[in-house]
Amino acid sequence: MAGQATKAAEAPCEGADCKLFELARSAEVKPAGVKVISDPPPLDPAADDWPEDDTPLYEARRKVYPQRVHGLYRRIKWAVLCVTLGIYYVTPFLRWDRGPNAPDQAVLLDLPNRRFYFFFIEIWPQEVYYLTGLLIIAAMALFLMNALAGRIWCGYLCPQTVWTDLFQTIERWCEGDRREHLLRDRGGWTMERAARLASKHFLWLMVAWWTGGAWVLYFADAPTLVRDLATLNAPFVAYLWIGILTLTTYTLAGFMREQVCLYMCPWPRIQAALTDEYALNVTYRHDRGEPRGSVKKSTALRAQGLPSGDCIECLQCVHVCPTGVDIRDGPNLGCIQCGLCIDACDAVMAKIGRPARLIAYDTDLSIMDRQEGKPTIHRFVRMRTALYVAIIAVVGGLMTFTLATRDAQSVSVIHDRNPIFVRLSDGALRNGYTVRIANKRPERREFTLSLSGLAGSLVDVVQTRDDGRFVVEVGPDQTREIRVLVTDYVDFPPASTPITFHLYDTATGERASASDYFRAPAGG
Amino acid sequence: MADQKPHVDAFTGTATTGHEWDGIRELNTPLPRWWLWLFYITIVWAIGYWIVYPAWPLVSSFTTGAFGWHSRTAIVADLDELRSLRAPMNTKLAATPLGSIKADQALADFTYAQGRSSFRENCGPCRGAGGGGAKGYPNLNDNDWLWGGTLEQIQATIEFGVRSGHAKSHESQMPAFGRDGMLKRDEIADVANYVRSLARLNARPNADLAAGKKIYADNCALCHGPDGMGNKELGSPNLTDGISLFGSDAATIEEIITNSRGGVMPAWAGRLDPMTIKALAFYVHSLGGGEK
Repeated sequence: MAGQATKAAEAPCEGADCKLFELARSAEVKPAGVKVISDPPPLDPAADDWPEDDTPLYEARRKVYPQRVHGLYRRIKWAVLCVTLGIYYVTPFLRWDRGPNAPDQAVLLDLPNRRFYFFFIEIWPQEVYYLTGLLIIAAMALFLMNALAGRIWCGYLCPQTVWTDLFQTIERWCEGDRREHLLRDRGGWTMERAARLASKHFLWLMVAWWTGGAWVLYFADAPTLVRDLATLNAPFVAYLWIGILTLTTYTLAGFMREQVCLYMCPWPRIQAALTDEYALNVTYRHDRGEPRGSVKKSTALRAQGLPSGDCIECLQCVHVCPTGVDIRDGPNLGCIQCGLCIDACDAVMAKIGRPARLIAYDTDLSIMDRQEGKPTIHRFVRMRTALYVAIIAVVGGLMTFTLATRDAQSVSVIHDRNPIFVRLSDGALRNGYTVRIANKRPERREFTLSLSGLAGSLVDVVQTRDDGRFVVEVGPDQTREIRVLVTDYVDFPPASTPITFHLYDTATGERASASDYFRAPAGG
Repeated sequence: MADQKPHVDAFTGTATTGHEWDGIRELNTPLPRWWLWLFYITIVWAIGYWIVYPAWPLVSSFTTGAFGWHSRTAIVADLDELRSLRAPMNTKLAATPLGSIKADQALADFTYAQGRSSFRENCGPCRGAGGGGAKGYPNLNDNDWLWGGTLEQIQATIEFGVRSGHAKSHESQMPAFGRDGMLKRDEIADVANYVRSLARLNARPNADLAAGKKIYADNCALCHGPDGMGNKELGSPNLTDGISLFGSDAATIEEIITNSRGGVMPAWAGRLDPMTIKALAFYVHSLGGGEK
């Protein structure tokens, strides 16, 4: 179709050609480059001469040589790369004073002790539902980004994109920009090429190794671990994980690259299902670009007052693309929407004296509006964006509220199973309970335990000092399990009486409670 | 098959294996290559396993593997590691008298935990996981003790056992009053009814409690005490509380008086190390009935 359109543009417009041209310009016809796939012929089980399908099940990888590019989106990508990698590499070394009984690392996932520290927040394993909240917010933030401006995550923030970008930069340092690299790859082996390759892989491995190295620092005290790693005193598991992540980074960012986005990642598919007509996407404005042609031809056409597009088929947008797609084919699964083609095209447009943003963040809707001569509208506030924001606000608010108001202590109770109750020698009934008290503060605290719901009962805590009070000491940031005996002197208590254990901090008066039952033989 | 060209199934477009059964052909869908290679790798891995670990039985022994790995040495190493982990607390426990353990919170928690796991391992089969006991096996959660419920008495019982044959074992034997002809059948019925009345249980309507009391005073009071309160020196149970080891109905009591009864518990000294026995004593004492 592209060929036909170009031919139509080349020939003087007369007769049938003119009609075809008009048709190509109309909104009903797909933009140039979009392949129209016709329906396959219906299956006929009876036909024994069914054609053998010799299409391979996979497509061999075509190596992508992305070209260097300058411009606004490249600068944004540099900034995002510096900030995200900076956060990743530096965070483990940030300190946060929590007092003498807690680690002073700002972000620490202390797996052996089951404690997770994020600046002023400390999470215990049973509070892992905060992770659920974070995941909901993360998912909604992705959806929101998508509804506003497409694959912002894929193009700028995704680790696969960021590390691939870094690795491609290193590749360009070592093996030269696209043209140079292509020529060198086709030119056979020389000492120079080998040296360049070796230096590239060395630098890649260094980056990959440091990526794995930074990862393990989140799980232990970073300065100590760095010293231990350097002196070969670190635990084996640290070296193992550094090895694994070095390998994955080296492989994914060095070799797999766009294959990860095309074949491994589910997000492009989810993306395709989530996008709508108002979402901004990196778009080739085919209303402006078509029909394509050289500068000379389009200048001539324009001089004749004939329609001519701004796209001059320079292929710069394809050459800079890190995933090797042609944005002019329209919305594309392989397009991570990093905006580098916008930068490349803008540079060309500036050179040939045409307005910038032939490729831009735009929507198909506004292209259609422009074609129909209507003003373009961008609607950022829509039902779905409002809903995403609302969900983020509700979940975020809920998390903040519960984090701010959560108790620094808790108590939980398990009733003895064997025996469920005991008859004492004086006829009294006794139930035993295992009570666990959690102290979530980084200091030693004293609690008293009392009972309600069973008048005339006697409580005894086994592991307390024999001074008449049931004072339970719990160490800093720890739990303590105690055995509690409840004795009832009522003659015929009901088979099951609901009771409540109350926990009081003797110093601050903070409290917690837990419910259970006092069991007795049925029928007294 | 003559032309060696694979037959292709019309509907799916997939080649068939060439076999045909009543007009049904099997599609030839070979394994994916990555799967096949993983399969080969697992075979190679298995050969490596035979070399590294004990694998093949021989006539009178087995291949020991290249590095001499043995599950027994592995578990011994694990146990040694556990022992060294527990060593500081166990040293402390050895130096602390039973009565003072409670004063040290950390030591009390450690002793309780160690006692509980040892109890479930060693005592649970007779006593139940929570020490609830069963008929003939005293409940350790109540406050009725045959041989005494202080920390030291519990420790002594665990160490030396009851009628265990150990030199320091608790020993006592109730006479078989009926079998040995010391009491007649109606005398046994009378004293059984009297014993039931001691525990405030209903006596038989026509029972002669006065006669029962006389027989009790002459035959039973020596060990069980004039009031039936029992004697922990002799392991003779308290007959006045509502707790009975074998049952409190008249027939059971008569049977006990006739044939005598007495439980047996093994001595654990020598089977368990002293620290474990100490921890067990602390744990059993803490189950609820421990005496001061």
